[in-house]
Amino acid sequence: MPKAKIKRKSTWVDMTAMCDVAFLLLTFFMLTSNFTKKEPILVATPSSVSEIKIPETNIMTILVDKTGKVYFGIDGQEKRKQLIEKMAYMYKVTLTPDEIKKYTLLELAGNPMQAMKAYLRLPADMRDLPQNNLGVPADSTNNEFKEWVKSAREVNPDLRIAIKADEKTPYPVIKKVMKSLQQLNEDRYNLITKLEGAPDKE
Amino acid sequence: MAEISQDSGSHKKGRKKRSKKLATRIDLTPMVDLAFLLLTFFMLATSLIKPQTMEITMPSDKKVLEEDKTVAKASQAVSIILAKDDKVYYYFGKTEGAKVLTTNYAPDGLRKILLTKNFDVAKQVEDLKAEKMRAHLKEEDYQKRLSQIRANKNAPVVRIMATDDSNYKNLVDALDEMNICSISRYAIVDYDEPDKLLISSLTP
Repeated sequence: MPKAKIKRKSTWVDMTAMCDVAFLLLTFFMLTSNFTKKEPILVATPSSVSEIKIPETNIMTILVDKTGKVYFGIDGQEKRKQLIEKMAYMYKVTLTPDEIKKYTLLELAGNPMQAMKAYLRLPADMRDLPQNNLGVPADSTNNEFKEWVKSAREVNPDLRIAIKADEKTPYPVIKKVMKSLQQLNEDRYNLITKLEGAPDKE
Repeated sequence: MAEISQDSGSHKKGRKKRSKKLATRIDLTPMVDLAFLLLTFFMLATSLIKPQTMEITMPSDKKVLEEDKTVAKASQAVSIILAKDDKVYYYFGKTEGAKVLTTNYAPDGLRKILLTKNFDVAKQVEDLKAEKMRAHLKEEDYQKRLSQIRANKNAPVVRIMATDDSNYKNLVDALDEMNICSISRYAIVDYDEPDKLLISSLTP
């Protein structure tokens, strides 16, 4: 009996198809991506059943962390430049063009204007440390926060206000922020929440 | 890495001298590697889910609120006080001599109370939603009818008061309940004297 010949198959796999798929997905992600914003601190937003999405542009973000520190930021680098120049002028802080440039690259910043210069001079990896973020003062005696909102509104009138706060933030801090907004007649704003499953009614 | 394979004519055993032909087949493995590497990067760096928001409108100054208060009948008024440790105090009608009850944020707590109070509106909204699912109502029609239902004069008016011991989650939860229970008239108001006295008399 002749031995059955086993045909040796080549181990070569055609990669073309796989390559196609990979590039297709890559193209998809490249085109649809909007990068996750870098935030100086991680907040856990409360959940709600609201399904309204936040618009992507013209957003003024007010971030409030657990300890009650307030961070502030607007989108658009050109707008941010105008904003920081305005604020620096108002609080008589002189910032070098380099420091202004650094500010325009920040999504959010939370420091009193007096500490802003030192903050911008810090190397990038030091900026997120809690001791370097003092929070924007929003007390009734020293309400820099109000000035930020006012200046931001002057720089870009189309801004919408989004408040993103940690669920453990004590209410007095929120009250302070809301009161300041109220005084500026900014009475419409968005509270950022995460999605919760649809509730059962009964 | 990039090996270029000679097109394997393995069955040919002849040692015929032939001009070396470069095969057109190129090993694509490194290219695939690279593509997946970039793909992974983009997948991790993107945020596909946009955050949800809750739109609220606050009264811009106090005068408007005073008017609202006078319009609201005492029988429609519900006052909710958000206290510490996720406790909720509530009472109906006027502050003077009100009977304060305690509840929480569970589905059979605050939501049940508000739904009972707002039964008519909530039911109509439910029906409308069901109709929308069945009959594919146009979005505009749906919104129009929804606002009609919500404009019901007999619907309760809710005052939300947050104490200094409450946190942000409590406030969002309370606002969320307003949405769920289709309550269109509510306001966040200051937690001030008459209510403070009322609650402090309750908790020694």
